[in-house]
Amino acid sequence: MNTLTNKPASELGLLSVMGATIRREMLLAFRNPGDVINPLMFFVIAVTLFPLSVGTDENFLSAIAPGVIWVTALLAVMLSMDSLFRADFEDGNLEQLLMSPQPLYFLLLAKIFSHWLVACLPIILLAPVLASMLFMSPEGMLPLVLSLLLGTPVLTLLGGIGMALTVGLSRSGLLLAVLILPLYVPVLVFGTGVVQAAINGTAFSGLLALLAALFTLAVSLSPLAISAALKISIN
Amino acid sequence: MWQWLYKLGSPKWFYTIGNRVLPWLWSITGLLLVVGIIWGLGFSPPDYQMGDNYRIIYLHVPAAGLMKGSFYMMALCSAALLIWKIKMADIVAKAVAPIGAMATLLMLVSGSLWGIPTWGTWWIWDARLTSSLLQFFIFVGIIALRSAIESRDSAAKACAVLTLVGLVNIPIIEYSVEWWNTLHQGASDLSLRDSSANPPEIWIPAFFTGFGFIGLFFIGLILRSQNEILLRERRSQWVKDLLLGDNAKADTVSGIDTNA
Repeated sequence: MNTLTNKPASELGLLSVMGATIRREMLLAFRNPGDVINPLMFFVIAVTLFPLSVGTDENFLSAIAPGVIWVTALLAVMLSMDSLFRADFEDGNLEQLLMSPQPLYFLLLAKIFSHWLVACLPIILLAPVLASMLFMSPEGMLPLVLSLLLGTPVLTLLGGIGMALTVGLSRSGLLLAVLILPLYVPVLVFGTGVVQAAINGTAFSGLLALLAALFTLAVSLSPLAISAALKISIN
Repeated sequence: MWQWLYKLGSPKWFYTIGNRVLPWLWSITGLLLVVGIIWGLGFSPPDYQMGDNYRIIYLHVPAAGLMKGSFYMMALCSAALLIWKIKMADIVAKAVAPIGAMATLLMLVSGSLWGIPTWGTWWIWDARLTSSLLQFFIFVGIIALRSAIESRDSAAKACAVLTLVGLVNIPIIEYSVEWWNTLHQGASDLSLRDSSANPPEIWIPAFFTGFGFIGLFFIGLILRSQNEILLRERRSQWVKDLLLGDNAKADTVSGIDTNA
């Protein structure tokens, strides 16, 4: 951080600013560990609810396992979105971000990448454990992790649009769900499709490629929508 | 032509032009719907497989058209609002959203009623049904966002951004649902859409009701936009002149507080 304070912000290189943004977000996350732990705990608890409600039949659980893991991970990502802009909106950092001389597009990418590291990566790492608790067949494990690795960034970016639109509202949790869950459908369809195809023994690389296409599209277009939405919300 | 379009961008002109267009629109729409419905429901020959059940097509297909049309209209208005800051565009986008949602609902309900005699079930997870349901959710989301934001300007722009995001996503959603459907179950045969297989006595009334629905759409659009214009411009002189003048002349109880 010391190297940054000596120069005016407009003279800094893009990469060092992005790096500084990521460092700041990481520092904030580790000083406020709820942001890391709560999505993960939600994921674990919500997956646990399924055997308790639908029964412990091994065949049935293994049949629904890919869908349960994916839907629960999707909901966990959505619920974690609140920490993306909320605190920064309340303490005025978001305005500083919008007024920064650096391109907002890349600052937002850095912010969203940090959020993904904090909220989504632990979920992805834990997903195989929970999948085996639901008796999912082992051929599906690697495809599950790969599909989550490609899919959760898309969920985070789309959620970022919804969050940016609703950050000015005091109670936006349910509204956010209504806005972005329909947009999550393609990721869910292709993500579970990858796992199902792998379990059925059919080729799944094409579906992974489709997820990668969604990822590319989301990375290139979502920051534009997020910055437009933030400017409206901050006004 | 451009002069005319430019005038439509001003709420006052939209209001007066709307008043001039409405009587024509009402009579043409009424004629189309009466002819289309009487012909379609009363005189078209029954289908050799579905009997009279197919007649719901005269309601179902026009509703499906309105679903698509409403969303494209909203997307156009959203772009016009964000790029050129035309405030009339937002008024129209706001007016169209519930019409689109209702058309989607009408399409889903009429499809369900049609499904019971023909497929034996009121709902199947068919690609077209599922993506229409998702389209309904997107309409609901846009309406919910607008009602949640208090500032009218912010609400307008936020809805415009969400509409454009939805526009990019709708083809992706439709494609993914289509793909998902072919993986999980055989696509149901909806070959009724192939009008070449049906005699003209069946599809000509559908044209009448189709254009009738388009007429209804524009009537709804104009009426809802006019209400919104009066609400937003209630402090401007022309609205005061209009309402107070009318009241003084006709001496009718309009429900609007004229003492304000």
